[in-house]
Amino acid sequence: MTAEYLIDAKSGDRRSLARILSAIENRSLRLDEALDVLGPVPPLPDDDWQTLAITGAPGVGKSCLLDGLLTSWAKQGLRVAVLAVDPSSPRTGGALLGDRVRMTVVDDKELNQQIYFRSVATRKASGSVPVIVEDMTKVLLSLGWEKVVIETVGAGQSEVRCAALADRIVVVEGPARGDGIQAEKAGLLELADAVLVNKSDLPGAALHADEIRESFELGIGSTPPVALTSALHGTGIDEAATVLLQLPSSGRSVRARWRERLLAFHERKILESPKLDDLLHQLAKGSIHLDEAMRLIGGFADE
Amino acid sequence: MSEPWRIVVAKPGLDGHDRGAKVVARALRDAGNEVIYTGLRRSAQQIVDTVRDEDARFLGLSSLSGAHQHLFPKVCDLLKHEGLNDVIVFGGGIIPVDDRDALFACGIRAIFGPGTPTTEILQFIEEAVQVENSGVGEGSDWYWTSSA
Repeated sequence: MTAEYLIDAKSGDRRSLARILSAIENRSLRLDEALDVLGPVPPLPDDDWQTLAITGAPGVGKSCLLDGLLTSWAKQGLRVAVLAVDPSSPRTGGALLGDRVRMTVVDDKELNQQIYFRSVATRKASGSVPVIVEDMTKVLLSLGWEKVVIETVGAGQSEVRCAALADRIVVVEGPARGDGIQAEKAGLLELADAVLVNKSDLPGAALHADEIRESFELGIGSTPPVALTSALHGTGIDEAATVLLQLPSSGRSVRARWRERLLAFHERKILESPKLDDLLHQLAKGSIHLDEAMRLIGGFADE
Repeated sequence: MSEPWRIVVAKPGLDGHDRGAKVVARALRDAGNEVIYTGLRRSAQQIVDTVRDEDARFLGLSSLSGAHQHLFPKVCDLLKHEGLNDVIVFGGGIIPVDDRDALFACGIRAIFGPGTPTTEILQFIEEAVQVENSGVGEGSDWYWTSSA
């Protein structure tokens, strides 16, 4: 069944694409099995990006802003896929995936062939999100989607780690998000290749953008662009779309990003280890210690 | 449950009331499913595109405007036309009992009226996946007999 879907997806069938992504998500299909049929992921050209993460606090307007950016890119003829990550309830495992509500571009008959939008829940038991998102991204790229945008809430660890997997990270901010000290605090902004201050129609947006710029200028290295947008009124969106398309890597947070990627890779090794179940059982029984478990999983330093 | 079901909850047509759809979406979420809510005033094509791209196993349609006899069959026809025959469709809202047989004939597997306990919708979900050929275009004549 999956083999058929792979072949059909390769010839452009979207239902088959959707089913393959589910199979990847459910771990019933491995990435290498998929790529054997679909073909390799195209190489990343120098100074260009294939994957872009859009992140920021809840309610700053990420989804609406992304809708505007997608419209702008689709009008230029680009084929863009979106993986919108929303949290699953840690209690029930369920999720309400609401990002699609904001998307008008998926309803535009002229443009919606060039946009694929998929909601992804962080899930409880099936492993870490970054792993799934990374594999889904590769499937999309190998199928000829030119850009993959990962939209995440910039809140939890796994969401930040998701963002760190992307070639570029855009942080969306909004006005009234605190004073200048907030902009100085360590965190998500440090990873940004660009910052969009959305809701620029509201008072305080320009001031907040200035504070972020100042904060960047105090640091070392090149300063990422900081632009004002209003997703509500559509102002600054086309300009931001152009800036993002040509966005160089800021180079400021190379180490921090590799740290996140390394942790994601590490986590993946653990979660995909065939010994995991057995080791968890032994840990629960108390018959081994954590450091022994780590050693038995393998691939670690003091082996 | 091994993997959560992906369920699209949709509001077709010009109907501005979605309290019911949100209550159902919440109940489905709290039962451990992944629920994709479309928002208000969707066309049949928009709903089917969403079901396709999100790879949903279930589609729940809500209508309180009286246009269900027009809109629900249209969504079902489009699903079949796009080859999404295995999607299980259920509906709810203000849908008179006399109207329901025609909707079941389109492949809709349950119609829930006002006052239906949300637990009944969850029971339907559990049972519908067990029934053979319960997808909208798979030809079963099974449907859920709802309490309201």
